[in-house]
Amino acid sequence: MSSAGKVRISLIVKAGMTVLLLSGLVVAVWAGGASERTPVSEEAARIFDGQSGTIEIAGGTAHIPVVERAARQITTANPAVRVTVAGGGTGVGIESVGRGQVDIGSTGRAPTQAEIERYDLHPFRFALDGVTAIVHPSSPVRDLSTQELAAVFSGRIRDWSELGGEAGSIHVFTRDEGSATQSVFVSEALGGTSISAAANVVPSNGAMKAAVSRDPAAIGYVGIGYVDSEVRALSLEGVEPTQENAVDGRYPVVRGLYFNTSGEPSALVESFYRYLETEEGAELIRAAGYIPTGGR
Amino acid sequence: MERVVATLYAVAGIGAGLVGVALLVFLTAYSWPLVTQGHVGTVLSTTWNPNAGSFGIVPMILGSLTIAGGAVLIAFPAGLGICIFLNGVGPRWAARPLRAVVELMTGIPTVLYAFVAVFLLVPVLRNIAGGSGYSALSALLVVAVLITPTIVLTIDGRFEQLHGQLYLATVALGLTPAQRLAWVYLPAARNGLIAAMILGFGRAVGDTVIALMIAGNATHVPSSITGAVRTLTSHIALVLAADTQSGAYYSLFAAGLLLFLFVLLANIALRYIGSKERST
Repeated sequence: MSSAGKVRISLIVKAGMTVLLLSGLVVAVWAGGASERTPVSEEAARIFDGQSGTIEIAGGTAHIPVVERAARQITTANPAVRVTVAGGGTGVGIESVGRGQVDIGSTGRAPTQAEIERYDLHPFRFALDGVTAIVHPSSPVRDLSTQELAAVFSGRIRDWSELGGEAGSIHVFTRDEGSATQSVFVSEALGGTSISAAANVVPSNGAMKAAVSRDPAAIGYVGIGYVDSEVRALSLEGVEPTQENAVDGRYPVVRGLYFNTSGEPSALVESFYRYLETEEGAELIRAAGYIPTGGR
Repeated sequence: MERVVATLYAVAGIGAGLVGVALLVFLTAYSWPLVTQGHVGTVLSTTWNPNAGSFGIVPMILGSLTIAGGAVLIAFPAGLGICIFLNGVGPRWAARPLRAVVELMTGIPTVLYAFVAVFLLVPVLRNIAGGSGYSALSALLVVAVLITPTIVLTIDGRFEQLHGQLYLATVALGLTPAQRLAWVYLPAARNGLIAAMILGFGRAVGDTVIALMIAGNATHVPSSITGAVRTLTSHIALVLAADTQSGAYYSLFAAGLLLFLFVLLANIALRYIGSKERST
């Protein structure tokens, strides 16, 4: 844990890894007292009572909305505790916590056995998230089969008319290789079919949504938590990609969201976990569009 | 006192030189396992598919060269034109604010160019040229805007120098401003033009954020300039984020080494051309 006792009431959503900072795709936001007033959370005040310090989190981009919300509650309840979050993707999460650059590395999948051994990782699963194919809201396409999806993403189907849309080339967007969203989408939604090398590559869930929401001919995929009116989530084999369907197993493209520490979590990180396990924490996770799982 | 200052300058100069050499040594040393383990062929192939053990970075090499080369092709004539306008062809009342604008442009963070281009340029090119709009062409146009001020200020600086030395002589010869530029300043500024080209190319090939945000980052060799491409720089940014253990990671050092060599070779080649022309 780094410096203690900062009195300023501020939440920093901090762009982390230098490389991605350069990309400017991780947005830096200073929230806190100025913009919106949050009622003080008694739960957070109780759990973080008497503690101080900073929890630095980096990695999977699906986690950012949850951490932002939690951080606002926590710093409002106890200004001596600050939580910062940076993106970078699951790969960055593993590497930066393993090298001691941050306190928590967030990952959009369980760490592999090799990763656990290399960095003595202690994973904490706090939520489930479905991953869904998305298109522009104006698209007439509503539902695709696994075969159709695989054909689109591997470049075998190149025109929307083959899927019942208006004639025109399909613009395929995918994520970088470090992305856990990508790995679960490839294995569960595409049945393991490789994505075409001609696909556009974007480095975060946010960038994916931004790209697809502005291009009527685009198709991509995001965590269900990122779906709103700007993009349309496609049903897979007739099953709607809702978190309810993901929970009861009918929608199969699901992954866990994890926080990882290298070694045992510190007292402050423990408190952070305990806060996420409260009903209030679960509400924050649901508000971000994920399914709370309440711990290990 | 003078000796102290001289020593400080020497240390700074040697230090800066050593950083360059150290970078080259570091990149070579880390790329070396690729050579000893016989992976050079793997890296110099056109297929990037780390899951299948293919670490080809040829598409990224082509992407970098397309974007940097295309940007220089656009920005160099544009920059030269602006310099000619600034130095006597255009009216003075227009030259002054224009120079101020160009100087301001050198300080604009590249991410702003990229950010604005995502909203303005990408949709326009999508409609005109087809494809997703995230393409080599988009990136190339924005990088051209990025390097134009660098080119303008380098050439303009050289013109200003020549102006001090030659202005009175050209007036005595009765040359108009246009004649002065065409027959005196431009030929005399050859070194400045070459330096401008080198600096422009260097900035273009080294740019990361513009390519990362609007070039599309696809890992194939594109069939057209309106296709999505990945540059060596954005490739390093994207893969470094992923992991640090696999063969993919080591191919990054080769990508870094190639970037270094591109800038070095462009430098040497252009200086060679310059010295050759001067001696004839």
